[in-house]
Amino acid sequence: MSDKSWLSEIPQLDRHQLLEIRKTLDGAYRSFSREYGDSIEAFFDPLLSFLIWFEKLLLSSPWWLVIAALAVFAYIASRSWKLTLGVAIAFFLIGFFGMWDNTMRTMSIILVSTLLSILLGVPIGISMARSNRVQSVVTPILDIMQTMPAFVYLIPVVMLLGIGKIPGVIAVIIYAVPPVIRLTNLGIRLVDKEVLEAATAYGASPMQRLFGVQLPLAMPNIMAGINQTIMMALAMVVIASMIGVKGLGQPVLKSITNQYFTLGLLNGLAIVALAIIFDRISQSYAKRTLQNFGGH
Amino acid sequence: MTNKENRVPLMRIKNLYKIFGPNAQKVLEEVKAGKSKDTILAETGHTVGLSDINLDIYPGEIFVIMGLSGSGKSTLIRHFNRLIDPTAGEIEVAGSDVMKLNDKELQAFRRNKMSMVFQRFGLMPHRTVLQNIAYGLQVQGINKKERESRGKEWMNTVGLEGYANQYPGQLSGGQQQRVGLARALCTDADILLMDEAFSALDPLIRSEMQDQLIELQDKLHKTIVFITHDLDEALRLGDRIAILRDGVLVQQGEPVDILLNPANDYVEAFVKDVNRARALTVETVMQPQICRISTDTIGEAVMQMRKSKQDYGYVVDDEGYRGLITQETLENVEKNEYSNIIDSSLLEDVPSVQSDALLESVIPEMIDNTHPLPVLNAEGEVEGHLCRSTLAEVLSDQPSAESQEVPETRY
Repeated sequence: MSDKSWLSEIPQLDRHQLLEIRKTLDGAYRSFSREYGDSIEAFFDPLLSFLIWFEKLLLSSPWWLVIAALAVFAYIASRSWKLTLGVAIAFFLIGFFGMWDNTMRTMSIILVSTLLSILLGVPIGISMARSNRVQSVVTPILDIMQTMPAFVYLIPVVMLLGIGKIPGVIAVIIYAVPPVIRLTNLGIRLVDKEVLEAATAYGASPMQRLFGVQLPLAMPNIMAGINQTIMMALAMVVIASMIGVKGLGQPVLKSITNQYFTLGLLNGLAIVALAIIFDRISQSYAKRTLQNFGGH
Repeated sequence: MTNKENRVPLMRIKNLYKIFGPNAQKVLEEVKAGKSKDTILAETGHTVGLSDINLDIYPGEIFVIMGLSGSGKSTLIRHFNRLIDPTAGEIEVAGSDVMKLNDKELQAFRRNKMSMVFQRFGLMPHRTVLQNIAYGLQVQGINKKERESRGKEWMNTVGLEGYANQYPGQLSGGQQQRVGLARALCTDADILLMDEAFSALDPLIRSEMQDQLIELQDKLHKTIVFITHDLDEALRLGDRIAILRDGVLVQQGEPVDILLNPANDYVEAFVKDVNRARALTVETVMQPQICRISTDTIGEAVMQMRKSKQDYGYVVDDEGYRGLITQETLENVEKNEYSNIIDSSLLEDVPSVQSDALLESVIPEMIDNTHPLPVLNAEGEVEGHLCRSTLAEVLSDQPSAESQEVPETRY
């Protein structure tokens, strides 16, 4: 009788076996982190000091200088007075409502994460575009990174590196890097074959093709990827605050536990303002790179 | 075109095969064994792109490779600079075996020996017109100042003054292809590969570009490999034409050969729609056997005419062609006047035609005159004559095997 039970019930490992698996994996990972945790932390030290330096820079500069710098940056990227003015007003209001320091902290971690995502993502995207094999390996990894709940990969990161800025940055990058990889790959693959052929026919080396033709022509797509990366990084702010990343996420977390509606709303709006600003700036930059292509 | 046997080909393709598919080498044996393209596709899933191509291309000529879409012509031209690698065969350019070049050498070869013009232009949309034209020089590492000055020169040559800082997207199709042409000329390579360069342009612009290419070629004497699907274009530009069908060379030769002696039904069907009056010159259909009367006196003229067994002759002197004289006129002259010089009143005023004129342009004169017209070469000497029946036969619809022989045999 018991032989037929697999028809009605799914065959299952018994609890001891499951426990054994968990114990083995957890144990292995724990001993790995004990063994290498320090050296891995040491590896990230330069990044940590850069993060701290950048945050200090934003926090210690006078508020009007930061706003002016952001406005200039917005104007250079977009050439639009409206957007520039909007950026200045939004940051002034953020400061006016007492969220200046947290916004600077969030901005520093977002900008560093985005920068690292680009530095990591663009080369990965390029290698994916060059080889179908790399693409078939990397694509499922990207799928996992985008769908795996953030809390799940926070566990090993925290186990390895503890709580703080570095694990926060790593978590943000894992969540935010896929779009820039995907769109770099796509952008390069979409480059007009005849244009690339022309470059080859005139004796361009692989590097000359990459930097002279493929990347410039893929730029609108890469910019769209960077834009998505920034947006996703901002979406991670609250989750990252759970592992000790300071910034706009922490007041939101506090509001949830203490039911402070207004505090939560204000900080949430500040995140939205950052998102809109970065989105508009990067999009109008992408649009300007596109203009040359169409010619109109 | 004289003594072709002594000339050394600049580019030579020998027994070239290109098979598309994962097991090309294996399938190659079957192709060589003579299986047809369709059988191979059905049995192995491999596409035979090119099969046993042999070509010699000589320096300074415009060599046209013609075929319909899918005939493999674009694949073939990409073998010259190895944008596509052959499955088997030899490619030799200026004495060096292109197949033996390594990556670095191939790069240098592409930079210096050949340049290419593309059907859809292949311009870089993010670079200005001048930057596009100077692209080949930039790749070679030539400094900005020099490449811009050389680029500007070619830009002006193709008629794009003032467009230096425009982007390709702002130009019309014809202008874009001028940029493509200037880019190709800018590297000073001896060989120009043109892959359906004018096919994407509308007819008026196309013929304008053809004129420009012919004009440039008169000055530059490049070796041009020109791909087209348009026979009129091939006849207009080509010094020699190769016709490609399903990856096989069907016929190769001078335009006249192709027009008057099509190798098979396929070529004949192609040739049928060609406007021969516009494609052929007088030289190609005239008959060289004529009675040339090169004397001053009537007596000697009668002698010369008898010798030639014709009933008319063309009177020439040091200054060239004077007019036509018939046997009848000569017979009416009294014997005692034989020592007189030939008076112009004896001559019929028959106009001459130039040997390099298109048949089209001589039709009115042919219709106005009953006598065959004398054909003059560039030096003004009488080279041959053209009679109505020849013209009519060449221009009529059905070039039968007999009528092809007409120009050589009948007089």
